[in-house]
Amino acid sequence: MSIISDALEALARAACSRRDVLKGTGALIVGFSAAHMAAPLGVAQGPFDTRVAHVDPRQLDAWLAIAADGTVTASTGKCEFGQGILTAQTQLVADELSVPVARVLIIECDTAVCPDQGTTSGSQSTPSNFNARNLAQAAATAREALLQLAAARLAVPVEQLTINDGVISARADRTKSVSYGELVAGRQFNMTLSATAPRKPASAWTVLGQPVPRLDMAAMVAGQFEYVHNVRVPDMLHGRVVRPPAVGATLLAVDETSVRDVPGLVKVVVRNNFVGVVAERQWQAVQAAEKLKAQWTAGVGLPPQGEFYGYLRHQQPSRDMFVVNSKDVDETLAQAAAVIKTTYLYPYQAHASMGASCAVADVRSGKATLWSATQSVYPTRSGVALLLGLPVDNVRVVYRRGAGCYGLNGADTVSYDAALLSQAVGRPVRVQLSRRDEMAWENYGQAYVIDQRVGVDRDGTIIAWDYEAWSPQLGSRPGYDKPGNVVTGWLAGFEPQQVVARPASDVTDRFRNSSNAAPSYVMGCVGGACGGAGTVRSERVLSHTVPSPFFTGPLRSPARLQNTFAHECCLDEVAAHVQADPVAYRLRHLRDRRLIEVVQAVAKAAAWEARPSPQPQWRSTGLARGRGMACVVYEGDNGYGAMVAEVEVEQATGRLHITRFVVALDCGPISNPDGLRAQIEGGTLQGMSRALGEEVTWDEQQVTSIDWQTYHSLPLGFDVPRIDSVLLNRTDVPAAGAGETAITLVAAALGNAIFDATGARMRQVPFTPERIKVALEARRS
Amino acid sequence: MATMMLTVNGSAHTVDVDPATPLLYVLSDDLNLRGPKFGCGLGQCGACTVLAQGRAIRSCVTPAGTITGVEITTLEGLGTLEQPHPLQQAFIDEQAAQCGFCLSGVILTAKALLDQQPHPTEAQIQEALASVLCRCFAHTRMLRAITRYAQGR
Repeated sequence: MSIISDALEALARAACSRRDVLKGTGALIVGFSAAHMAAPLGVAQGPFDTRVAHVDPRQLDAWLAIAADGTVTASTGKCEFGQGILTAQTQLVADELSVPVARVLIIECDTAVCPDQGTTSGSQSTPSNFNARNLAQAAATAREALLQLAAARLAVPVEQLTINDGVISARADRTKSVSYGELVAGRQFNMTLSATAPRKPASAWTVLGQPVPRLDMAAMVAGQFEYVHNVRVPDMLHGRVVRPPAVGATLLAVDETSVRDVPGLVKVVVRNNFVGVVAERQWQAVQAAEKLKAQWTAGVGLPPQGEFYGYLRHQQPSRDMFVVNSKDVDETLAQAAAVIKTTYLYPYQAHASMGASCAVADVRSGKATLWSATQSVYPTRSGVALLLGLPVDNVRVVYRRGAGCYGLNGADTVSYDAALLSQAVGRPVRVQLSRRDEMAWENYGQAYVIDQRVGVDRDGTIIAWDYEAWSPQLGSRPGYDKPGNVVTGWLAGFEPQQVVARPASDVTDRFRNSSNAAPSYVMGCVGGACGGAGTVRSERVLSHTVPSPFFTGPLRSPARLQNTFAHECCLDEVAAHVQADPVAYRLRHLRDRRLIEVVQAVAKAAAWEARPSPQPQWRSTGLARGRGMACVVYEGDNGYGAMVAEVEVEQATGRLHITRFVVALDCGPISNPDGLRAQIEGGTLQGMSRALGEEVTWDEQQVTSIDWQTYHSLPLGFDVPRIDSVLLNRTDVPAAGAGETAITLVAAALGNAIFDATGARMRQVPFTPERIKVALEARRS
Repeated sequence: MATMMLTVNGSAHTVDVDPATPLLYVLSDDLNLRGPKFGCGLGQCGACTVLAQGRAIRSCVTPAGTITGVEITTLEGLGTLEQPHPLQQAFIDEQAAQCGFCLSGVILTAKALLDQQPHPTEAQIQEALASVLCRCFAHTRMLRAITRYAQGR
């Protein structure tokens, strides 16, 4: 079973043809802002803005339809990946329109009918669709319109009407009533979104804000949910791809006779350096891909992994950027009573989805339909059109869920694979990547080298913070016009986005901390306005984006996690240097009320004992216990989080036991508290896996972390620590994201806890037992 | 290609496939089942898990020709949407999944363990799940669901 078997069918049921919507015009009355477009190259997660396409998001009918039976069908460009947004959006529409959840049907991310909301990522679905625009505003507009229709029908003024269960009635005389179905009866609203239709205040919510169970849970648990891997269309063939044997290898020749005897083989497809096979059956495609003899040039050669962080510092070209620069940092540091210098290192990490990616494409007669688990249906539609040489209007991308992606996994690239193979054979083709295809050619989460210098005065107060980082980048999200940003597009001949040299220039417009490059403790002063969360006036944050040998792209909390690891551990080093309690020391340098409150909340919930680190009874042998903390304003303005980790370190072996995490989160008004807890729990444990074991590895020619034996994810059977979540529900501020906040804090909180327990400082992720041992040894010397 | 008989979720099926074909492809492509999924194709993650005579096996590395005459149960054969198995119900009650892709591995591995060992210790549960992955890390709730089911029997 799928939640929506077919979007067009669902709309037909709502007695409303979305094609009519295409004719709709109207003045722009709602601003669709291009938010976060200024994110630095390589960590851009978007696009997130809601765009006018053939479905016009300024029109109410683009978002909502009401059928004669009162069913509300809502279309959204933000889709379910396991994060719970399908259920939350259903709650939103149900609440705003006062109908039960069961009467709301959500159509997710189908370019035939849904508005173009860019990409479902970056913790942007809640900010986009739960505040006064897009889906939320559509529902509010519909309610206002329905009230006006009812007022006319019942001859009762709007202010004397009440809505209950999809029926509008006169407060004074409930016999005067009319249902939504009777009012609309499947017709279109034919109106623009209202900028002034009021949202229901949180105090009046009855469905939103409740722990409504996931609508898709029973189907998933029963094994009946339709994932993209389960899509089967008539006449469908199976494809596999053959990737190069080394990074940078190009194709010399393909020997088709090598697979001549594979039964069921339909075609060997070559386009530039793209190679794939198509067969009648999946197993035949697997065998053909394995047997196909292809000659490739040697690879370009990879820098030795052991020297990679040093190598990054000298890479050219470099795209340099100041996030903030008060231009007095060197002078202030020169006057400081002490300067603490640190270098933090973070590896490439993989999305490493549970399922190797899969897509189904049907490219025939100059038209293409894709069933894809992409986060970006409209951008993928454009990319596929470019790849296939088709007009974009001839391409439809239908979202079907894949395995959780956590960012740009193989979903986009396998969609291109399927499109190329289907076009070549003129029949629908399903492509399933192998585990190796998936993990050897991903757009990895970026590696980072981060140098910091922090100056303190004689009182131990921080007076200057200097940050300089190097991070490699190649490709990223394809967006609407860069299919070469993922491996298939590149193999097929499209260029990836490259790093272009650019010197850092003065920041002039405003402080933007969307990648969390600036620590929470700086003022963030640009052009006279200070947007930072902290009090440190002398501040410089300089980043260098340099070329990467591997494709890179957003991985859950991209750059934000790496930066927060460096900032929050560095802050801890400074606090230890001045012998201050880490919580009190943070509070001393923070001025953002909401961040201060999550720090206080987590300290209280963890029964934090105020004292400097390391813990006073620490000994250099035996089992050591400690606690550490970290905090962040995610993306500078998209949610507040603080975490305490409690650990035990076996000092003889370097083994780490994590006994408890306490997490406090403020993401504004909470749509679904159980969903929020699930995101905190999953994010925390995924962060733990990334902090303790995950690292992309390579040899001279190719990536060597290509399966679950070589890429180390924590399995289900590890010793799972207790996680206590503290939810700060604020209804007087806009709704913010929450899927990436907890994970951002884990490596930092763990590093600080290890230090508290042992006096050993972890400055490189992952914290393997071997690295912990080395840090323990370094402490002795 | 060869004709073979498979017994899956209580029904007999005749399929015409190369006996070397991994069982997963037969279940997904010939029987159109959605429970077992392709995770790694290497038997390392558990997404393709099915029960063979009550034992959890990895269908992605099990040639179909080796399991004729063996009773196979997939995740959808454990219970139905309307009447989930009590273990499935425990997962629903605990809301113990995010993307859900790993559920065959988690639920069926736990089922095989709990059938053998109705009241396992925490260490036994951990050992049984040592090579099962969930990349969303819904672990807390999954372990709670397994314990809830074990205690409720």
